[in-house]
Amino acid sequence: MRITCPLCGARDHREFTYKGAALPVPALDSGVAEWDAHVHLRENPAGPHEELWQHAMGCGAWLKVRRNTVSHEILAVELAQDAGLVIKEDRS
Amino acid sequence: MAETEMQLAAKSPCAGLLPLTIGDVTLTEDTPAAMTLIAPYKGQEKPLSDALNAAHGMGFPAPNRATGNAEARAIWFGRAQALLVGPVADPKLAAHAALTDLSDGWAVVRLEGAHAEEVMARLVPIDLRPQVFKRGHTARTELQHMMASITRIGPKALQIMVFRSFADTLVHDLKRAMEAVAARG
Ligand SMILES: [Zn+2]
Repeated sequence: MRITCPLCGARDHREFTYKGAALPVPALDSGVAEWDAHVHLRENPAGPHEELWQHAMGCGAWLKVRRNTVSHEILAVELAQDAGLVIKEDRS
Repeated sequence: MAETEMQLAAKSPCAGLLPLTIGDVTLTEDTPAAMTLIAPYKGQEKPLSDALNAAHGMGFPAPNRATGNAEARAIWFGRAQALLVGPVADPKLAAHAALTDLSDGWAVVRLEGAHAEEVMARLVPIDLRPQVFKRGHTARTELQHMMASITRIGPKALQIMVFRSFADTLVHDLKRAMEAVAARG
């Protein structure tokens, strides 16, 4: 399996560390039910899955990777910083 | 009574381990005077690159590239960071970037010879042949189980860096690979 890091190019999967599903983080004032779902409930699909990997042995960047869990085909890769997963800071 | 003067001498990361020549490949240690990690602040990439040029004569490197020369080199060192190797970083750079002194933190070695890439092919998962990995190219990758920085610094020469604490392991792994390549003749 190879993952094409947007910064480094195509690299062997040994350079990457898997974190888990790429989920948007709930707003800090979300209720218990929403946080419980965020922490514990997963779809576990047989097919395309959005997940987070870190290019730990390379550039260190966190990546959002779309991977087919059946074939391990890598369908899309982008820098996690561009994936809109972070909490929106609202200081209004 | 004679005065006793104590002098403490810095010990390089590969002291007692290098130099080493096996077959036509040579492994030597480089001990740059300073190494500084430069991490530009958000939106400061351009002014930082200009300041780096004014102070040290090279622009901020693009991903997978190194700028400068043997005396002063800026090596892309990962996402949004570069390592200035050689001169002490000009304090003016601090207006645009976080500067971290890593001078004693990394071991720096030079692998040189006609078969240097064959030695590396046994240790890293990327193609370092000169037609692919050209002068000015650099990579963050894995060397055995160590996170490494590899830069082409000559037609037959590669610079390899790992954490200082891995210096012994680095030399051990390179030595075994050099022996294996030499044994094939
Ligand atoms: Zn990368």
